[in-house]
Amino acid sequence: MSGRSGAITDEEINELVSKLQSLLPESRRRRSAGRVSASKLLKETCSYIKGLHREVEDLSDRLSDLMATMDSNSPQAEIIRSLLRP
Amino acid sequence: MDSKSSACSSPNPNPTLGPSKLMLAFRFLRALSLVRRTTPASSRTCRGRRIERAAYASMAYTAGASRAWSRAVLRRLHHRARRRAVAPRRLSTTAGNRAEALRRLVPGGGGMDYCTLLEETADYIKCLSMQVELMQGIVDSASSYGP
Repeated sequence: MSGRSGAITDEEINELVSKLQSLLPESRRRRSAGRVSASKLLKETCSYIKGLHREVEDLSDRLSDLMATMDSNSPQAEIIRSLLRP
Repeated sequence: MDSKSSACSSPNPNPTLGPSKLMLAFRFLRALSLVRRTTPASSRTCRGRRIERAAYASMAYTAGASRAWSRAVLRRLHHRARRRAVAPRRLSTTAGNRAEALRRLVPGGGGMDYCTLLEETADYIKCLSMQVELMQGIVDSASSYGP
């Protein structure tokens, strides 16, 4: 973390970019190919984040549907009720 | 969250339930319970969006106030009556416009210097993945007893 008032060094940027790369799913496959360019990595990061946002949205809808089944007597409903019991 | 530790270690594919995951689960399930009690059964879409907001709120509270992205999420949630989408960015010229697209995706990304942006992004991604994992887990356990 650059707490110095001077310029951010390339080294620091590279370190952070590597760290980011290690968090992206596809990067694990490509490790042997070496580091990708920073701009490519940023693009992948953006797609990844967008994908995660979409997943949160979709899963929220699915959870909403599951809530709708809660008032029935199915075993499914019982599981959900037990998860949400205060 | 102890996100400052082990900068470059690769993420564990099968993480054990650490304290922050547990806190997240607790917060999120409690929020879900509240949504269920306070949302009329008829408004399915409304409930879906409330659950989504509960997801981001749980994430942000669990990450704590030490992260710029979590503070930005909570600010946005508390002011959501005014705007729905991404908050308008006020990019400072000293920070430059590097990674503009990323700045729009990471909460609070607009006013950060590049270094901070990358750090915040890494933490944001970790927390988002954890939230998605949690929600998927709930859906899976609830669905595995289906017809």
